[in-house]
Amino acid sequence: MLKRVHFRSSWLPYALVAPQILITLVFFMWPAGQSIYQSFLIEDAFGFSTEFVWFENYTYLLTDSLYFDTVFRTLFFSFSVAFLSLSIALLLAGFVDRIIRGAMFYRTMLIWPYAVAPVIAGALWVFMFDPTLGILTAMLDSFGWHWNHRLNGGEAMALVIIAATWKQISYNFLFLVAAMQAIPKSLIEAAALDGAGPLRRFRTIIFPLIIYAFFETFGIIHVVTGGGPAKATEILVYKAYSDGFIGLDLGGSAAQSTILMIGVVLLTVIQFRYVERQVDYSS
Amino acid sequence: MGAENGERVEKLAADFNASQNNYRVVPSFKGNYTDTMTGAVAAFRARKQPHIVQVFEVGTATMMAAKGAIYPVEQLMADSDVVFDKSIYLTGVISYYQTPKGNLLSMPFNSSTPVLWYNREAFAKAGIKQPPSTWQEMFNVSEKLVASGMKCGFSFGWQSWVMIENFSTWHDQSIGTQQNGFAGFDTELSFNTPELKRRIQSIADSQSSGHFAYGGREDDSLPLFSSGECGMWMSSSANTAALSSQAKFAYGQSMLPLDTSIATEPQNSIIGGATLWVLQGHSKQSYRGVAEFLTYLSGAEVQAWWHQETGYVPITIAAAELSREQGFYQRNPDYDVAVKQLNLNTPTENSKGLRFGNFVQIRTIINEELESVWAGTKTASSALDDAVSRGNRLLRRFERAN
Repeated sequence: MLKRVHFRSSWLPYALVAPQILITLVFFMWPAGQSIYQSFLIEDAFGFSTEFVWFENYTYLLTDSLYFDTVFRTLFFSFSVAFLSLSIALLLAGFVDRIIRGAMFYRTMLIWPYAVAPVIAGALWVFMFDPTLGILTAMLDSFGWHWNHRLNGGEAMALVIIAATWKQISYNFLFLVAAMQAIPKSLIEAAALDGAGPLRRFRTIIFPLIIYAFFETFGIIHVVTGGGPAKATEILVYKAYSDGFIGLDLGGSAAQSTILMIGVVLLTVIQFRYVERQVDYSS
Repeated sequence: MGAENGERVEKLAADFNASQNNYRVVPSFKGNYTDTMTGAVAAFRARKQPHIVQVFEVGTATMMAAKGAIYPVEQLMADSDVVFDKSIYLTGVISYYQTPKGNLLSMPFNSSTPVLWYNREAFAKAGIKQPPSTWQEMFNVSEKLVASGMKCGFSFGWQSWVMIENFSTWHDQSIGTQQNGFAGFDTELSFNTPELKRRIQSIADSQSSGHFAYGGREDDSLPLFSSGECGMWMSSSANTAALSSQAKFAYGQSMLPLDTSIATEPQNSIIGGATLWVLQGHSKQSYRGVAEFLTYLSGAEVQAWWHQETGYVPITIAAAELSREQGFYQRNPDYDVAVKQLNLNTPTENSKGLRFGNFVQIRTIINEELESVWAGTKTASSALDDAVSRGNRLLRRFERAN
């Protein structure tokens, strides 16, 4: 049961939240509103001829069967990265939790990749897997596997998933290790008795991670594959970027952003309403 | 432009500033071609546009359509009372940037054309006397190269530019209707011909015998050639600087191979690279400075220096002549291949260039479709048909927006 606290002043709470509201308005609501408006326009790059077309940009997009391929590809990519990075991070955190000597050293080393910018992380993997010059490609070659992610879509997808996962493991690891160390042994046992299996935990954190994979991995894909070969690694965010900033099709790109926004809102609603509700924070 | 070529642009501006006292040119680097164009568009929308912006050739239709934003170069010269003689420029270069009536819209600056680069040492080792001049010979030479222990015969960069656009003009075949888009926005792509399909399919099939290897988009395939894996590589003539620092063997340039089943003689190749567009919205006084700067850039001395340093083609006949007089082609045989290809014949409606809206995206589509041919997931026939129909969708969208 929450305790109600009354303040005398009626304006103080509003003043205190005002800066945050302002920042949200300027940096989120305004651009989002502009983007929604733009998605109803067809316009040339310089903005000389602008025409309000209602949903034409959307119908153009939704009648393109290739767009749905991109949607499914995005889901596959996001689930793969979220699942792999969480599983591996859980495994590593479990190991570090038990270690007694040198735990600090292992922890530091494992957290390190998170400090690497996505673009740099991408560049590292590009060098290692370069079909002609890469060190890992040369190794694979000696096993008779001719790696060429510029030609083979499956290999390209594997490469961007590996690169994104590698970076994300550190982040997940950080929280999992902290969580594990903060939990008294007795509580884990109690939770187990209450039936809170590891699967439920998994579910509560996997949604935010999928949203992460939507956006934060842009830099990696940009550097590693540029969406190719033959669209094999083009995810929604990358398509919105390349149509808008390379193709200068602002309306089409804005429509994609709006659809993406709706998707993220839906995921967030699911997260709050159906997943987190099962976790009781008050105790 | 960045890196080595960017330093040369800095020098051009500094030299111009030192040559007179009235105007000052300030160069600024905004990233690669797409970044620069997007940046200029954004700057224009915010009314902070530069006087001059360098735009790559595939952005030509977009710039042209922006009538209120651009200041056609020929008109600029006339308004500024600067003498301007179009006839000093190579036709193959300026025809790309003229209106159907022949008015020059933007000033050619860095232009190159695809050539066949080949590894002289690998050729000698395999007992090959001269570079191939036909596609049949391409495969024969590749066979010999592979037999002599090379990993692959040939590869190419910028596949849409080299294997679709230039392949078409080289054989005097159209890329799209309405004179490749020169005559109007209601153009449709038409490169899905049986001839091109057959050629693309034969290249894809030759992967199994090691003749062809795909190395990625743009110039990602350069390492295949410079590391000595493939003996031949078709890409821009402006790879001089990159190759001289990366290739540890003697190499040469030769003309693109001819498909004898399509044509008996090559027509001409077309350029790639960029031109300088002048943007509206500045004072008359400053435009005079722009006109003088552009005239300075076309000077024979400046152009000859630029050509010899970078491998881009000289844009004027005088600069080519000057390079010859200076003995450049004697010291560097093959460096005139690019100019020869561009000037081989008077350009026809099929071969003066192309002008398609949304072409940056269409090139991406062509990349995607060709990649599915190289990967074996589509036949050349269905991939080219799909590229044309997907591209046409974008052409209609461009027509709609302009």
